Amino acid sequence: MNCIQRYEPVIGMEIHAELHTQSKMFCGCAVTDTTVAEPNTTICPVCTGLPGAMPAVNREAVAQAMMVGLALNCQINEFTNFARKNYFYPDLPKGYQISQYDFPIATNGWVDVTDENSAAHHIRVRRAHMEEDTAKLFHIYEPGGADYTLIDFNRCGIPLLEIVSEPDMHSVEAVQAYATKIRETLRYLGVNSGDMEKGVLRFEANVSVRPRGSDTLGTRTEIKNLNSFRALTLATAYEIERQIAILEAGGGVVQETLGWDALRNATFSQRGKEHAHDYRYFPEPDLPPLRIERAWVNEVAAILPELPDAKHARFVADYGLTPQDARILVGDRAVAGYFESALHAYTGAPSSVAKWLIGELFYLMNRDNVSIEAAQVRPAALARLIGLVDAGTLNPNSAKAVLGEMFATGGQPEAIVEAKGLAQISDDERLAAVVAQVLADNAAQVVAYRAGKDSVFQWLMGQVMRATRGRAAPDVVRRLLSAALASIDDSSEGRDRIKSQAQAL
Amino acid sequence: MSQRIDSDLVQHIAFLTRLALTEEETALFSEQFSAIIDYFDVLGEVDVSAVAPFTQPQITQAELREDVAHPSMAREDFLANIPQRQGDYVRVSMVLENSRM
Amino acid sequence: MDLHTLSVRQASDLLQTGEITSVALTSAILERIRAVEPTVRAHITVSDDLALQQAEAADARLRAGEQVTALTGVPYSVKDCLSTKGVRTTCASKILETYVPRYNATVIQRLEDAGAVLVGKHNMDEFGMGSSCENSAFFNTHNPWDTARVPGGSSGGSAAAVAAEMTPFALGEDTGGSIRMPAGFCGVTGLKPTYGRVSRYGLIALVSSFDSIGPLARDVADAALVTQTIAGHDPRDNTSLRAPVPDYAQAFTGDLKGVTLGVPVEYFAEGINPAVEAPIRAALEQFRDLGAEVREVSLPHTPYAIPVYYLILFAEASSNLARFDGVRFGLSSDGADVLERYLQTRHAGFGDEVKRRIMLGAFALSAGYYDAYYLRAQKVRALLRQDFDRVFAEVDALVAPVCPTPAFKLGEKVADPLTMYLSDVHVVAINPAGVPALALPCGFTGDAPSLPVGMQLIGRPLDEATLFRIGHAYQQATHWHLARPTLAS
Ligand SMILES: [Mg+2]
Ligand SMILES: [Zn+2]
Repeated sequence: MNCIQRYEPVIGMEIHAELHTQSKMFCGCAVTDTTVAEPNTTICPVCTGLPGAMPAVNREAVAQAMMVGLALNCQINEFTNFARKNYFYPDLPKGYQISQYDFPIATNGWVDVTDENSAAHHIRVRRAHMEEDTAKLFHIYEPGGADYTLIDFNRCGIPLLEIVSEPDMHSVEAVQAYATKIRETLRYLGVNSGDMEKGVLRFEANVSVRPRGSDTLGTRTEIKNLNSFRALTLATAYEIERQIAILEAGGGVVQETLGWDALRNATFSQRGKEHAHDYRYFPEPDLPPLRIERAWVNEVAAILPELPDAKHARFVADYGLTPQDARILVGDRAVAGYFESALHAYTGAPSSVAKWLIGELFYLMNRDNVSIEAAQVRPAALARLIGLVDAGTLNPNSAKAVLGEMFATGGQPEAIVEAKGLAQISDDERLAAVVAQVLADNAAQVVAYRAGKDSVFQWLMGQVMRATRGRAAPDVVRRLLSAALASIDDSSEGRDRIKSQAQAL
Repeated sequence: MSQRIDSDLVQHIAFLTRLALTEEETALFSEQFSAIIDYFDVLGEVDVSAVAPFTQPQITQAELREDVAHPSMAREDFLANIPQRQGDYVRVSMVLENSRM
Repeated sequence: MDLHTLSVRQASDLLQTGEITSVALTSAILERIRAVEPTVRAHITVSDDLALQQAEAADARLRAGEQVTALTGVPYSVKDCLSTKGVRTTCASKILETYVPRYNATVIQRLEDAGAVLVGKHNMDEFGMGSSCENSAFFNTHNPWDTARVPGGSSGGSAAAVAAEMTPFALGEDTGGSIRMPAGFCGVTGLKPTYGRVSRYGLIALVSSFDSIGPLARDVADAALVTQTIAGHDPRDNTSLRAPVPDYAQAFTGDLKGVTLGVPVEYFAEGINPAVEAPIRAALEQFRDLGAEVREVSLPHTPYAIPVYYLILFAEASSNLARFDGVRFGLSSDGADVLERYLQTRHAGFGDEVKRRIMLGAFALSAGYYDAYYLRAQKVRALLRQDFDRVFAEVDALVAPVCPTPAFKLGEKVADPLTMYLSDVHVVAINPAGVPALALPCGFTGDAPSLPVGMQLIGRPLDEATLFRIGHAYQQATHWHLARPTLAS
């Protein structure tokens, strides 16, 4: 047993998710894409902390926080309040962040996830609480050493939900699966785009290790600012190994806050000397406590969309999909919605729609980096395309070509088939003639086939397809070709007959 | 629960609240704070075992702000009071990570 | 006619009949300020140009007879802690010496919408921390009744300005007596409304859960008129209350029949100066004559009001004052890094009392001390409030002195901070409880110099109307509110 296996990692996560509201958490400034907005344009006295300005709670932000809480199986607390978290930093204009402390809106939830190795994990969600995002800082490094920082307050005050798990994860795979699940859930609820490059979703991981079998927790470190799944998994893996190496060398892990250096692929200490935090939390006196009436919780629960797990179960049970296909389709609410829209226009087996969607449309989308929402192939059109295949009007290969055309131009399948003359040829007489011509032109291959080289059959099929520009119905060709080959005798007359038949045509 | 507030504690609190203090101020405040905090210990006389802390009357769903975006303040109005600006940004000298506390 | 002597209602009547213009009235007020400001020093800023512009606009409204309210064309000034668009707002602190807000506090906006004319910004104790105006970072304000004495604080400039007829009315802010105490010292009428009755949006907060904006005026009827305009729910302030605002003028019955008044024994305990107690006892007789029943009541947790008040004050103030960091506005001392900027800006920008309170607040909230200090104070605060709820089941209002002594001399009390904190007991208990209180003059000390004595009427939450009724009936029957200081101009 190597030394890594002698230890068990213990990992908890804090996920900060911006909520997708029209206005900010405590003021009427618009929530914008802060990666593209002009600096300091969506600001007001409230979100820039000007003297005298006061917060006013955004109702929709509370509703969205409740949606997430419910989706994560949390209890929504009837009594909730805001608290001030006091510290100084230039991204925090008031000198405190309005957050929640003793009385968060949602507590005691859980999620079940399956990781990439098919291992199941039950991860408890300790709490989800509302707060406000901070301003954006741009650090400018000057060669002369006169470094400075620029501040853009557009992001400041955007509603933020902090989702805190229990330290229930014991592998990088579990961390990946949990983070994926949270992102998927947020996207399902329509409260967050999951767009990590835009910074609307940010991860932090608390990592400790302990000897397997121990039930005491080791000293933990906190890795901040993990802004991609890659950073999350690499940093967590790195940190687990780093801590094990320290313990193996007889050392002790120092409790500290770490950053992740994506260039060196290593965590680094964010502070030379760790100050004890003293955030001096106290109830926000500018905001009265909030009573969440049962009726409101019910109202929000009623509009909660079907969540991925329920949808997955339904797709397997109602549509007969494989669990794998169902997993892929429900991974994105828009994809699942696309799939079901396509089914409305389709009468065959749902699994063929799944196959075309996952196998073919995804290929095109990935190739061109196009989202399902932006794909020009609309669900009903895809369904009709598959219908043409089912009806024998189009062979599968042509159908792929038609899909490519639909994807590129947004055209309708029938029109493309018509314009390109791609309709399948399945009439025996026409195809028998083509088969005869192919055999006549390739006498040597026919001989080889008859000598027992079976693979020549496929090659001859290919020649027929080629001669029909791919439009021949494969099963018809296969039948005609088999019959034609079987009817040839070994005599030279026979060969001559083939030739003469071919010439006659 | 008499509480002496020594110079170290005063210095610590001064740093937490970002107030530079001279040595004389530190000594004076330490003296004054000890007396004031000692006086506050009078609250220890009150039996609060069955008392919930004071809060404002709770508000409910209907009293929360409608999620509607309003025009923001003009950027120049905001930037007019900025001690140091650069272009459309607020500028400060370098932020060191260990200044967050 | 000396226009500056007009009350709000007198001015309003003359403006609406067209006998005077707002420009004439505003000019007279500006002239009065120029004449007595050197003696009283009530103003940090006088915004002449803006005032005359607003006066002209008010005159246009009056001439057109459109959107005319009781306050259209009436000049006023406010304590310098209210955000005024385009007019410097300093909180009497060096840290805001050059700060010009770009937005109006809700109360300022309401007055502007009503057509009132903003003339200036009044001196105060820095960020409201003090009860004499001596903690202003800029200069001392003098009591118009005796310029060797303080006007009280922290809304000292506002009370002095009303007393010296430099404005028909002012807005002050009361965190722990900051309207009532200077009103008492300067012989004017001032209301601390119920917490949440008046929006705090745009008020530079001292203690978010205590601060109440209210009027200072010549008499109760004027104070009621101003309250009528500024009170009521504001969506920008989630702590502002939704209760409808009654028509206060309806409350003026002129008598006190059926009214029961309580006299809290704890407020007449030792330490009360006989020269203060005598006028208040006389007022109690007057109330009886007007038909009220007067009885003793007890507010047993009063001895704990001071520590409760100060612990919560320190805690909230330490957090409220964190935004003054030299990054977005105000004084800024740049340093090698941001940490230096914070330390140096706040060191240079805040006075000693402010620093003291910020640090004490951080202490009361810090991890190891929170339960023993801040949390315990909030629990005792609940008991203080219960005291009031209990007595208000029996009586309609309480009568108490504002201060145990009349105005003291400048420089007399700036000694030890703890001694200073202990002197405010009669006014500070009101704010943790959130109830309304009306301060009004009830006589003068006998000795020369004869100084005003103030009493306060404390009411049920949201029942300002009853306080106005009592105060108005009293002022119908007495003349103390009509007395004016003589000022050498
Ligand atoms: Mg947080
Ligand atoms: Zn804003």
